[in-house]
Amino acid sequence: MARIGVFICQCGNNIESTVDTKSVSEEMEKVPGVVFSCNYKFMCSSPGQEMLKEAIKKHKLDGVVVSACSPHMHEKTFRKACESAGLNPYRCEIANIREQCSWVHHDKTKKTGTVKSNDLTRMTIERLKRNRPLKKINIPVNKRALVIGGGIAGIQAALDIAEGGREVILVEKEPSIGGNMARLSETFPTMDCSQCILTPKMVEAELHERIKIYTYSEVEGLDGYIGNFTVRIRKKAKYVDEELCTGCGECIEKCPFKASSEFELGLNKRKVIYTPFPQAVPNIPVIDAPNCTMIQKGKCGVCAKVCGPKAIDFEQTDEIVEEKVGAVVVATGYELMPNERFGEYGYGRIKDVINGLQFERLASSSGPTGGEIRRPSDGKVPESVVFIQCVGSRDEAKGVSYCSKICCMYTAKHTMLYKHKVHEGQAYVFYMDIRAGGKRYEEFTRRAIEDEGAMYLRGRVSRVYERGGKVVVQGADTLSASQVEIEADMVVLATAIVSRTGADTLAQRLGIGYDRYRFYNEYHPKLRPVETVNAGIYLAGACVGPMDIPESVSMGSAAASKVLALFSADEMAREPIVAGVDKTRCNACWDCLVACPYSAIEKEEVKNRQGETVRWNARVNEGVCQGCGVCVAACRSKVIDLAGYTDEQVYAAISAF
Amino acid sequence: MKIKLFKQEIEGSSIRQIERSSGEVLKNCYQCGNCSGGCPVSYEMDLPPSQAIRFLQLGKVEEVKKANSMWLCVGCQQCFSRCPKSVSAANLFEALRQMSLRQGKDHREIRDLPVSFLEKAPQQAIVCGFRKLVS
Repeated sequence: MARIGVFICQCGNNIESTVDTKSVSEEMEKVPGVVFSCNYKFMCSSPGQEMLKEAIKKHKLDGVVVSACSPHMHEKTFRKACESAGLNPYRCEIANIREQCSWVHHDKTKKTGTVKSNDLTRMTIERLKRNRPLKKINIPVNKRALVIGGGIAGIQAALDIAEGGREVILVEKEPSIGGNMARLSETFPTMDCSQCILTPKMVEAELHERIKIYTYSEVEGLDGYIGNFTVRIRKKAKYVDEELCTGCGECIEKCPFKASSEFELGLNKRKVIYTPFPQAVPNIPVIDAPNCTMIQKGKCGVCAKVCGPKAIDFEQTDEIVEEKVGAVVVATGYELMPNERFGEYGYGRIKDVINGLQFERLASSSGPTGGEIRRPSDGKVPESVVFIQCVGSRDEAKGVSYCSKICCMYTAKHTMLYKHKVHEGQAYVFYMDIRAGGKRYEEFTRRAIEDEGAMYLRGRVSRVYERGGKVVVQGADTLSASQVEIEADMVVLATAIVSRTGADTLAQRLGIGYDRYRFYNEYHPKLRPVETVNAGIYLAGACVGPMDIPESVSMGSAAASKVLALFSADEMAREPIVAGVDKTRCNACWDCLVACPYSAIEKEEVKNRQGETVRWNARVNEGVCQGCGVCVAACRSKVIDLAGYTDEQVYAAISAF
Repeated sequence: MKIKLFKQEIEGSSIRQIERSSGEVLKNCYQCGNCSGGCPVSYEMDLPPSQAIRFLQLGKVEEVKKANSMWLCVGCQQCFSRCPKSVSAANLFEALRQMSLRQGKDHREIRDLPVSFLEKAPQQAIVCGFRKLVS
């Protein structure tokens, strides 16, 4: 016979106001198997926990039911208390009589609440009677991390993990790490030169003995589970032998063909064999195969002729490498919304309408104009520039509903950069609201207006068109209730920040969630902001949503600390509430495999002594299983059970109702 | 209303003169509207104080001069006492009045007023009125 103790919590007045806990306690004493029952004001308090521990010892309890708040709140607390009193923690169950009872019943006579509490507690007692003691599952951890994306968030995460003594594999799609931050001229609100603060970190990552960088590479697939992932990485053919290349740049100089530069966002051309920018890490060029006449037509080969160490290899092909890692940090960043769809702003049609990142390149001393603000059409220094905020952002009809968050700040910065470089110039900014939430951010935007003379106009722009070499901007200033027309020389659009093309494909490969805008979902947006539903995969930077550099860096470090915490032990303990398959009866229909949202079900081969496959059955990977129970419901032959919630237990609970 | 914006107007000589004689910096105003909210006479103004400042920010002095606002302002300085950016609309209106009067517009001579009016009008009103109307 079971020896169960029942503890009814009053939770101050939270439960007691609509539940007569004393009567519930007395009622529970009558249930067969219950040897002790009591009620108390705050079970979670230390005297409450002490009472629980003493009762376990005094009455030799082999099971405990605590009727209190949701198990989300204090299940861990009570299980820990039970464990310290020598009881298997999984022999402690919670009946939720607060959120699911006292809070939703307003009967002050306490009748409804008491009856329901009786039922809930009795059901839990019956479930507990059939509960086996469970043990935490220990999983070995492979202490290497994979960081996807070599922007500032990814670099920060990689450096922090490496500094913590663990190996890191950093995968970057482009020929160099650095990401979007490498494109920026200066950063708000301190006006630090972006490259000056970024490149030391890039070099540090390159030279770090525990960081291995794969550039021009993409993650093709990820298998396994927390602590034991296998990642397949496609190393795209660079046509340059990374071991032999010295980075002298002779090939780039001699290459006779040019193509539009991705790094300069089309404002300039680069050679067909190229590094994206002078401080590229690694400083190894790649050949742009679709534009290379040697690769396409077999003519040219100048780069190979001039290369001293004979590093050019036109025969190189994509290579797939496999790496084993224990944790993954996803830091794939953002891109700007392609703005051709905003015809009213003339983007893509009028040469002197550019986007924010292009303006960064114009203002950058390493940019196509050497840092002079010159408009793209004729190279003239613009006497007036109109900046338009919220292009695509906060626009449900044609763009995205969210605020892109950083545009208010970088536009204020742009007006300053412009004023610093063109003293006589006039900057105009069309805005809907100035969102400058951040340390020293509001002061920064006011500085742009008060000290640097930017003219801010509250309203949207409805039309941009060319007239006699000028770009005419027509919009509104709602503060003066006027229609406003400005003859400008150049227009800069603060276009919406969107997730990277292919963000959804990567999410599917990794088994993590994403929202309607393909930004990755956090496990909990407030309390677990760097974790994902897939244990062992963490998030950092603007792949989660628009954010600025300090936020991205913080998130990179936060993800790194999560990884290091995971790597701090050789084995990782996991909750044993996982599904299990009765292999003798599984008929391998694979309904569970399709149903499982965590890809925790695997196909298992059963072989005879001759090594021939005789049958298949499903197997639950305990490292991946989150105990949701979907497979249990999906299984047609009823051979899957969830530990702690077996069919037997659930039926017993229902029967007790 | 449709307006065209020019740097020459935004930083024009009239604007500079208004800023100099009022001691106010127009750019400091961030258009929260507190002045218009508290002004005891703004409901009668063609342009309430914040909007008048807005037109001055845009360099459109004539728009403000056309409006009755500066003549209705009683100079109570409530706008200034409430302003989070310490801008006084009253001082700006005073500057505009001075500017207008010095250009010979809206100028009144005391002796031109009918004696019957002077006898009837409260003293305070006469003092206030002449403070505004004689340069």
